[in-house]
Amino acid sequence: MNLEALWLSLRLAAWVSATLLPVAVTVAYWITYSRWRWKFLIEAVVALPLVLPPTVLGFYLLVALGPRGPLGRAWQWAFGHSLAFTFTGLVMASILYSLPFAVQPLAASFSRVDRKLLDASALLGASRMRSFFNIILPLSMPGLVTALVLSFAHTLGEFGVVLMVGGNIPGVTRTISIAIYDNVQALEYAAAGRTALLLLGISFAVLSLVYALNRRVWTLWPSR
Amino acid sequence: MRAAAIIFLLSILSSPSARADEITVAAAADLKFAMQDLASRFERQTGNKVNVVFGSSGTLFSQIRNGAPFDLFFSADMDYPRKLEASGLGEPGSLVVYALGQMAIWTPKNSAVDVSRGWSALLDPSVQKLSIANPLHAPYGRAAVAALRHAGIYDQVEAKLVYGEDISQAAQFVESGNAQAGILALSLVRSPVLRDAGRWWVVPADACPPLEQGAIVLRSSSKKALARAFLSFLKDPQARSVLEESDFTLPGDGPASSKTP
Repeated sequence: MNLEALWLSLRLAAWVSATLLPVAVTVAYWITYSRWRWKFLIEAVVALPLVLPPTVLGFYLLVALGPRGPLGRAWQWAFGHSLAFTFTGLVMASILYSLPFAVQPLAASFSRVDRKLLDASALLGASRMRSFFNIILPLSMPGLVTALVLSFAHTLGEFGVVLMVGGNIPGVTRTISIAIYDNVQALEYAAAGRTALLLLGISFAVLSLVYALNRRVWTLWPSR
Repeated sequence: MRAAAIIFLLSILSSPSARADEITVAAAADLKFAMQDLASRFERQTGNKVNVVFGSSGTLFSQIRNGAPFDLFFSADMDYPRKLEASGLGEPGSLVVYALGQMAIWTPKNSAVDVSRGWSALLDPSVQKLSIANPLHAPYGRAAVAALRHAGIYDQVEAKLVYGEDISQAAQFVESGNAQAGILALSLVRSPVLRDAGRWWVVPADACPPLEQGAIVLRSSSKKALARAFLSFLKDPQARSVLEESDFTLPGDGPASSKTP
């Protein structure tokens, strides 16, 4: 069993889902309430990681994170080391990669909030910020939890992008999916099988949790 | 009538005497440039088509073990083809040493590191990441680790190591500037893509075990004759010159440590 790789993947997924949430909430709010005519273009950009092959994202990231890319150069200048092959680099890559998995459930939840409540709130003098935190957010708890869990699970299962920009460093960028791949390539099928089964179990448990919460098997948030 | 038509169709499809045939060759990534050249020369000479699949030797080996439809396997070492022969997946007696590989330390052209210093160049603080192939399944990665140990600096550079999927990804990591140095196959270093992009230092032959590279015809192949013909083609002067241009030492004219019948 490759516990170091599992722990790394869990840490990566936790960092990504936590960092991604505020970003996704902002983007989803804008997508839901903006009346900008060209909004659909932004929606398409957000959804791109759903359809792009990981190799496309991996290729762009490799160039962007490296010393020839503007981001890589700025990072090198500020921190004195390259962004590729680092945990931080993987977090950034995964945030991009998992963006639609967080934004889309949130945007769907936000758009289901009754506009009359927001109008009433505005008439009573509440600021947009206050309406957001007192009305929209409590009513969107299922979407929020779904966004958190899906981005977590999706990062846990990420492979192609990590393979291209990770460099397979034990404890830093050798995630669980890479460790399984290495086991298979080295014909260590027993080890691969154990780790794969564990990952299957975790993914199933996580997704079951999302569906159970959304079907109100357990109640975590007030009913609408 | 219909049965006759079907038999006719089948006889066309399965005809062994079809003029242009096709084989699929699984080749270690250090052959990336040489093999394409060899394949197209063989195609011109014989009219048969050669498809090439590249990967780390270990990856290809595991694919073959799981039934990949290759006809011929060019490994970057002798272990994998020997294992295929021993396990009955390789055609008995078809194993040959086709070349001896060499390694080189490579740095991008704009690097501040003086690569001519050899091993000590890798200890330079500006080398933050050192790219090698994954030693788990790539022979060049294994050889790089062995050479680093032999040079006595493995412990000092271990934390800098990043692992490419195969030797060509290891090359790509350093060519893209994401790693500052790499221990690569000389055949890639001298390729048109890398030749003008960096500087290198050839690892002396006594610094690592010899990189004998073996090829074997696969038992599951339905085109064994053509696969053998491609293997013999490697002894052709023009094929030898292609390999030599890629800085492979050829068996027979180099310091081969052992010979296979």
